[in-house]
Amino acid sequence: MRTRRTITALVAGIAASSLLLAACSSNNNEEPGGTGGAQGNDASEVEVFTWWASGSEKLGLDALVKVFEEQHPDTKFVNGAIAGGAGSAAKELLQSRLQAQDPPDTFQAHAGAELTDYINAGQLEDVSNLYDEFGLRDAFPKDLVDRLTVDGKIYSVPSNIHRANVVWANPTVLKDAGLDPEATYATLDDWFGALDKVKASGKTALSVATTWTQVHLFETVLLSTLGADAYNGLWNGSTDWAGADVTKALENFEKLMSYTNTDRDGLDWPDATQQIIDGKAGFNVMGDWAEAAFQEAKKQAPADYVYFPVPGTDGVFDFLADSFTLPVGSKHPGGTKNWLNTISSLDGQIAFNKAKGSIPARKDAAPSEFGAYQQSAMESFGQDTIVSSLAHGAAAPVATLNAISEAVSKFTTGAGDLATFQSDLVAANAG
Amino acid sequence: MPKNIRRWGPPLLLVSPSLILLAVFVYGLLAINAKTAGTDNHTAAQTTGRAPVQWVWFDNFVALLGSESFQHSLKNLVIYTVVFLAGTMFFGFLWAFLLDRPVRFEGWFRSIYLFPMAVSFVASGVVWRWLLNSNQGEAASGLNRLFQNVGLGFLQNNWWNNPDWGIAAIAIPAIWQMSGYVMALFLAGFRGIPEELREAARVDGANEWQLYRHVLFPQLSPVALSAVIIVGHMSLKAFDLIMSISKPANYQTKVPAIDMYQFKLSFDYANAAAVGVILLVIVAILIVPYLVHINRAEKH
Repeated sequence: MRTRRTITALVAGIAASSLLLAACSSNNNEEPGGTGGAQGNDASEVEVFTWWASGSEKLGLDALVKVFEEQHPDTKFVNGAIAGGAGSAAKELLQSRLQAQDPPDTFQAHAGAELTDYINAGQLEDVSNLYDEFGLRDAFPKDLVDRLTVDGKIYSVPSNIHRANVVWANPTVLKDAGLDPEATYATLDDWFGALDKVKASGKTALSVATTWTQVHLFETVLLSTLGADAYNGLWNGSTDWAGADVTKALENFEKLMSYTNTDRDGLDWPDATQQIIDGKAGFNVMGDWAEAAFQEAKKQAPADYVYFPVPGTDGVFDFLADSFTLPVGSKHPGGTKNWLNTISSLDGQIAFNKAKGSIPARKDAAPSEFGAYQQSAMESFGQDTIVSSLAHGAAAPVATLNAISEAVSKFTTGAGDLATFQSDLVAANAG
Repeated sequence: MPKNIRRWGPPLLLVSPSLILLAVFVYGLLAINAKTAGTDNHTAAQTTGRAPVQWVWFDNFVALLGSESFQHSLKNLVIYTVVFLAGTMFFGFLWAFLLDRPVRFEGWFRSIYLFPMAVSFVASGVVWRWLLNSNQGEAASGLNRLFQNVGLGFLQNNWWNNPDWGIAAIAIPAIWQMSGYVMALFLAGFRGIPEELREAARVDGANEWQLYRHVLFPQLSPVALSAVIIVGHMSLKAFDLIMSISKPANYQTKVPAIDMYQFKLSFDYANAAAVGVILLVIVAILIVPYLVHINRAEKH
């Protein structure tokens, strides 16, 4: 009896350990993806991986597909949209597919630093030759192309541009609080006065939602307090996170957070925007995808809602862009090329952005095709200083953004004071 | 030797599929995870072999356990586990105790108590997120509004948005869901006690309280231990409920499992694996003594 048990245990042990050895040895000598994938030119189909599965995003994608089918009737469009969690479910799946070397033919990603990890991992092809082929270097603003270029290479093609530093407000609430709804505010200090009045009227002065929207607010405060140059310096190391200017920005942020709703951490951005639509809150800072929410609620500017750049950031365009890539090892690189052609074409960008509520990245799109907000955003995009958004992956890599988000969340829930917040931010950007 | 093979060969052949599956999908993956945890694989480039991966032994564990952020997660885990365990054991036992006595509609009550368990944590989490809304005063909703309406306004609080104790509020839905299960365990325990023992105690002149205190409760200790182990390991794996009530990036409600998710999403595989190992060790500390105990009890 006893020997039998021992032998069984022994066999089980050997089986387990041999597997362990096999697992250890198979891991290390894998070739990194290499550039082999893009050799073929199979254009029979293209699997487009996005998280555009509902709302205005889905409408935009549908409009884009329509143009794609006209421009490239021979390439079959395969929709690889993954719903859920504002893209987090899709990003998770993408991560494992890239690692298993089974990439989609193209995937959606925020342009800019969010791509750093994929680039360093050798998972993206350089598409700068497509920029030349499609004439995109002239079609996109130079500022934008510079921002997308990493060591002389470009790894994605933007389909649309969003602006992050926009304040949305409900004019009725402002009037009730004794404010002029038409007024804009030159500095944050001016704005604090207005927020005080809304607060005194019994409404939520500034609606905000969960952590990422707080980071979004925080980045606009940094931008407003530091100015565009010093803000850019935060991401290339020339501005000191421990400096007195940043401390001032943190104080402004702390003051702004004191005007916000207490149930913020349980909400997402549509809930915060809804408070403006419903007249429960005065102001809200959100990217211009909020415009689609106002449209959906059948609201008209300026009667039902007003918008202006975050005080102190007039003349600065805090940008983020959705873009598409060519992954290493894509099975239908020809299809990907066709897709990138459509999304960067004038027709594609107009159709997509009209439906999604964002603005085209191309300079040659006629503003008259778009709504009032979009026209104003296009005008700003053409003339303003362009800076990269932190909360939406344009300014910093994912790990840095996560560390900053944790610092912000820790601070806004009251688990740390301002000094801790600043030292957490220093640490987040150091490692 | 051939004789031996004939004796233990067929049974081994029979169990080998499950042995192999276990070896690959449990122990093999555990080993790979532990191996990743011992490296400095903190970026996507290292994972694909574009950058060198170094063996750093226990550096990740030292760094994690030393970081204030991870200590906060561990502290949250302890609070959550204590509240969750105490709550489910208390309510589970209370309900079982009440239902053990002859009550009318027993089956009906039993189902009522058990029903919450049939709901997924993700679904109930959404509802509880509304109930545990942290607005107070005029903007209050959910439980805070209920407190106002019944004149208990002083009970209003910010629930899971308290940076120190917020995680305890997340344990409330967990208690609501799992108490029925603990009740079922205890009820089975009560019913498993032979009627003769109760009768004998009554004959000996024990009153109802003495009967429970000296005859029935002592016999429930194995059930209680199983319940503690089951609920305890569930609480250590807490993830879905927190994800659906709060958000992964919310500092006040993070636990090690959330950290693991966040690390993995930012391509920090080494730290994600290290958190996994730490969780495994914590669960092992709870489970292994229990298994040893069971094993001993079986031998006797």
